[in-house]
Amino acid sequence: MGRKLLLEHINEPGIQTFDVYRQKGGYRAVEKALKSMSPDDVVEEVKKSGLRGRGGAGFPTGMKWSFLAKPEGVPRYLVCNGDESEPGTFKDRYLMTHIPHALIEGMIVSSYALGANTSYIYVRGEMMPQIRILERAIAETKAAGLLGKNILGTGYDLEIYVQPGGGAYICGEETALLESLEGKRGNPRIKPPFPAVAGLYGCPTVVNNVESIASVVPIINDGGEEYAKIGIERSTGTKLISAGGNVKNPGVYEIELGVPVEEFIYSDEYCGGIANGKRLKALVAGGSSVPILPANLISKTINGDARLMTYESLADGGFQTGTMMGSGGFIVFDEDQCIVRNTWNFTRFYHHESCGQCSPCREGTGWMEKVLYKIEHGQGSIADIDLLWDIQRKIEGNTICPLGDAAAWPVAAAIRHFRDEFEWHVLHPEESQSRNYGLAHYADPIKPVAQ
Amino acid sequence: MLSIQENQPVEFSAALLEQFGEIVARYPENQQKSALLPILHLVQAEYGWLSTDSMDKVAAYLHIQAIEVYEVATFYTMYFLKPQGKYMLEVCRTGPCCLVGAEKIMQHIENRLGVKEGEITADGLFSWRGVECMAACGYGPVLQIGPEYTFYENLTEKSVDELIDTLRDKAKQQA
Repeated sequence: MGRKLLLEHINEPGIQTFDVYRQKGGYRAVEKALKSMSPDDVVEEVKKSGLRGRGGAGFPTGMKWSFLAKPEGVPRYLVCNGDESEPGTFKDRYLMTHIPHALIEGMIVSSYALGANTSYIYVRGEMMPQIRILERAIAETKAAGLLGKNILGTGYDLEIYVQPGGGAYICGEETALLESLEGKRGNPRIKPPFPAVAGLYGCPTVVNNVESIASVVPIINDGGEEYAKIGIERSTGTKLISAGGNVKNPGVYEIELGVPVEEFIYSDEYCGGIANGKRLKALVAGGSSVPILPANLISKTINGDARLMTYESLADGGFQTGTMMGSGGFIVFDEDQCIVRNTWNFTRFYHHESCGQCSPCREGTGWMEKVLYKIEHGQGSIADIDLLWDIQRKIEGNTICPLGDAAAWPVAAAIRHFRDEFEWHVLHPEESQSRNYGLAHYADPIKPVAQ
Repeated sequence: MLSIQENQPVEFSAALLEQFGEIVARYPENQQKSALLPILHLVQAEYGWLSTDSMDKVAAYLHIQAIEVYEVATFYTMYFLKPQGKYMLEVCRTGPCCLVGAEKIMQHIENRLGVKEGEITADGLFSWRGVECMAACGYGPVLQIGPEYTFYENLTEKSVDELIDTLRDKAKQQA
């Protein structure tokens, strides 16, 4: 059983309320930081912890904080990214629903570290119930004197507001999120300037994921060095993994980074194996944008080492034979799933969600969707598969924001690892409409479901 | 597209305007445009959709151009630019939910309600559509119903039937 830092008290009745959260040791980090640490001390602890952004990019949080510009007389902002929209990812929803004060406490400590007196939590609009939960939590915290003017008599003032989005995946990109928070369309900005210099309202701003901000609480309570002891190499601490698709026990799990992928899939402590006695076909380990892996590259890397749930091990082999930790959106495919259909589905998603600023993404995602639709529906040709490869290559790296890459990578990986399945659709147009291709011939060895 | 034909004149109530004011107070001076998305949610919750007139009045309230409201309302998928059924069933249609049967659920809803995606039932009670990932992939298939965005998880054809019956009864009682 691994250590739980974020979800330790998740099963405590009433943990959603301020009183129970406080009884369980909540808001100790606020007291410690505000009363006995300088803002720079807090930044230093987060740096020592090795915490990497939990939204998907994995950039070191402490380093991001240290880039924040601090011109005289200009307000600074902390904006929490709760736009969770990456298909496969539902960890932030879970955290905000069940233990909202973990986020509020993290917001207070982080805002203090950055010198922000007004902070916003941007939550996707569909999570209206979670927005209400957070607003209630903020009101409770304020009533207890841990938020608002002169917190704990330290002279530090902070207000936190919750902002709803309008239903747009692109607003998970930090500059699009800032545009949206300013009441505009979610069109990503050209960088530089980075938000650390010119973010919200042109002021220095840090944008951090919900889970990253909540993770600051145990880092301050136990110290950055203690946090860094958990995990392996540069993958420190714990991570929330949201497991879905064809697993026996879908849900949100807090893991110590370093758990073997095979254990995560098959152990009863986590996913409990593949649902309905089926066999594993493929895995999308970190949200729909990361490269899909066929069964033979999931438990072991290409060199035969056990594949671990760490940033490094998941990425082992690069995009040829590896993938990414991403957001922790863990999507498991059983033998009955069609890779072509899923790739078409994901591509339709990216086409729908492209903001339209950059031609390669706006046009390319639509072309890929159409070509994939053709192949999936038995109307494709072998040349179409090469065309897909060509389009995705021309999107990648040629757009303002990473949505283009996020759309290109799943298509590239699907063709790289499952080209035979694409060809089968082309060569057997009628058969492909009545049955699935099943397991790829090389997707072996496959671990049988534990009896 | 903005609907000119179906425009609906509105007059914001004092209670609604008070809520607008609370939202505007969250932002620094002269940044009241930040209130646009939350205010549009409130307007939609009140009227069921965003008529051109309602958007024009929001623009006037926030001291911004009408086009600034239109460009936001047309960008974000949660805003309805034409009237919908009283209950809009929004079913997740993205990959992870499809792995656990979302497509069958959408087909079932279409059959059960007898209307295609985006259409409204003759009694005005229901419409439905597929939406992109709702960040609930472990509980799929899922659907949500605004304006409170209540979630219905692990859907089966049976649970969808029950939900539709419940909503129909609820509407009858309210009538």
